[in-house]
Amino acid sequence: MIIKNKAIVADDWTVLRLQENEAAESVHVAAGKVIMPLKVWQAQCDVLQQRKEIGVWLASDERPEELKGDIEKFAVIAVDFPKFSDGRGYSIAFNLRARLGYTGELRAIGDVLRDQLFYMQRVGFDAFAPRPDRKIEDTLKGLSDFSEVYQTSFDPKLPLFRRVQRKGSQAESSQ
Amino acid sequence: MYRYDEYDQQIVDERVRQYRDQVRRRLSGELTEEEFLPLRLQNGLYMQIHGYMLRIAVPYGLISSQQMRMFAHIARKYDRGYGHFTTRQNIQFNWLKLQDTPDILADLASVQMHAIQTSGNCVRNITSDEFAGVARDEVVDPRPYAEILRQWSTFHPEFAYLPRKFKIAISGGQEDRAAIYAHDIGLAVTKNAQGEVGFRVLVGGGLGRTPIIGTEICEFVPWQHILTYVESILRVYNQYGRRDNKYKARIKILVKALGIDEFRRQVEADWADLKDGPGTLTNEEVDRVASFFTDPAYEPLLDHDSKLNEFKADSRSFSHWLQRNVRPHRVPGYAIVVLSLKKPGNAPGDATAEQMDFVADLADRYSFGELRITHKQNLVLADVRQKDLVSLWQEASVQELTTPNIGMLTDIISCPGAEFCTLANARSIPLAKLIAERFEDLDYQYDIGEITLNISGCVNACGQHHIGNIGITGVEKKDHDEWYQVSIGGAEGNDSSISKIIGPSFTFHQVPEVIERLVQVYLRERTEAERFIDTVRRIGHAPFKDHVYATDFNAQEEEVADKHSVAPAHYDVPYYSPRF
Repeated sequence: MIIKNKAIVADDWTVLRLQENEAAESVHVAAGKVIMPLKVWQAQCDVLQQRKEIGVWLASDERPEELKGDIEKFAVIAVDFPKFSDGRGYSIAFNLRARLGYTGELRAIGDVLRDQLFYMQRVGFDAFAPRPDRKIEDTLKGLSDFSEVYQTSFDPKLPLFRRVQRKGSQAESSQ
Repeated sequence: MYRYDEYDQQIVDERVRQYRDQVRRRLSGELTEEEFLPLRLQNGLYMQIHGYMLRIAVPYGLISSQQMRMFAHIARKYDRGYGHFTTRQNIQFNWLKLQDTPDILADLASVQMHAIQTSGNCVRNITSDEFAGVARDEVVDPRPYAEILRQWSTFHPEFAYLPRKFKIAISGGQEDRAAIYAHDIGLAVTKNAQGEVGFRVLVGGGLGRTPIIGTEICEFVPWQHILTYVESILRVYNQYGRRDNKYKARIKILVKALGIDEFRRQVEADWADLKDGPGTLTNEEVDRVASFFTDPAYEPLLDHDSKLNEFKADSRSFSHWLQRNVRPHRVPGYAIVVLSLKKPGNAPGDATAEQMDFVADLADRYSFGELRITHKQNLVLADVRQKDLVSLWQEASVQELTTPNIGMLTDIISCPGAEFCTLANARSIPLAKLIAERFEDLDYQYDIGEITLNISGCVNACGQHHIGNIGITGVEKKDHDEWYQVSIGGAEGNDSSISKIIGPSFTFHQVPEVIERLVQVYLRERTEAERFIDTVRRIGHAPFKDHVYATDFNAQEEEVADKHSVAPAHYDVPYYSPRF
């Protein structure tokens, strides 16, 4: 199960992670819906792009620009959080959405926990694969921690000061 | 000052609710300590030696009397009757229980305060000039921009898990009073030749293990673009700042590694498509926020009150106080008063609940109900009528808040040190007390003149020792003693510099004598009107070093028995504490 578009849904993608003895050039990518490492995609894209549905994931030290030109080919792009405290994935997601114009599913994988979900959705993630030892129902609650935010990111498109009419000092207006 | 509207209040209230649930989950074991740690840190909650320490944000150091009374309430109800004002204009309470912290945050939210992002690897409290809005040399009032940056950085989704903490300071005077050269981003709000407002942007300053003075990345960013420009700096840092070694993770290391030109190129490449985008500030928003920082209802008054001069002639202590702790105000007939939290014998920056209530009353009666906290750990009443100075001085003296030592040797900046902090190698506060007592004689202090002395208990430099004219750093405990390095030549402000260590380290009880010897060299070598720092710069370190190490230190050391006494920890150690 994953969280997608703010609901818990079944998921039929598998995430391929290279084992120590496997190489990006030679690893076998099973048939079906696979989210593969960027390096595997880069090494085997000639063959893999024949497939109907493909997914790719970026490590936190990889650059989203590497996918430039290929963006349209993916049904899913995932960003891996090796530790929840590694915040590079937030900028990767923002750049994928805002700079590279990616509009498909953007999934957070790895150390994905409730208390980071609200931030993740704001930079452009719309799907989350929470860490399996956590109750997904609890994790889902993280999406609604706040009902208002100050600044723009991927979501919302406008900062608070452009979205609403905020009042200045009462002292000032009464003068 | 700024007042919350329904949006600000809602965000802070929702934070209290979120945090309360996080604490509940931690206490029930649902969250591991490792997972809870960054959550509590982003809320200013540290596990220290005695228990939990909560750091509460005082945005850009500005606080109302009502908020100050809330600090007094927290000190009494949840702590041990006092709080500690910090070098980043915040306040810390040292003796809290985790279970109480959600209620404390709820109490704070009721007076428009919070502890959001006072720690953790995120954008911290924005600090500013304690004389903003009232200083005579002010070019542009930084407070509206500080508030705009506060809102922008609060829960910024992309920058909550940076490689390391991130500190922004902003000043708007000709003289920098916010140590902007010692921050990850330093902003000087100014005007260009056309009279347009903008920011000189410094980046990569910071203290800690690798002290570096910030470098200019842009001479003038027009005010409309400041949020997007700062966003681009943070995005480059978030992606490329080192995460493999926490001691090399600050932005200063990245800027140094790339070089300022390459760093600037990357920032500007990122900024190119944000510029003029929705994050661009509007006139309406700046005007709205600025409407909270208009002048209070000043009376038309004249400078040079005759009664004041009479009293000055009569009272030497009042005259000293006037000279040292009262600063000129841009409005005739008004004055800026610095209330000293540095009475020799007291812990620098500490205030009791009684003092907090008392200064809140003073603010109500003498300064339009507002106070400021300075990064030098004192308090400021910014708008006092000159004709009230005598009565204010008399009242504040009763509460020991008028020690006339601002900018003098006993106006010591000090971190909490090893009695409280798990990082510290040595105690800071007792050393500050020892030095202050040694130099308590005011005539001697006035002869020495302007000097800054900053103490940190370790290399992390919370006491900003690198930018003190004299800096003291706790380096280790060995041979049943605490050892400190002494450095000289540091300064903050427009002519910021990083101090240099004079030589091998000293024991706790040797340090006051070291200071004495440094001062002797200065008094011997100075030319007329030369400050300590000027003499150091002119003659270099060698004469100071030679004199300090020329003769042995007196072997006799008093009070050896209580050398390692720390405040007793009457604290129920919680089972979930990571330290026990």
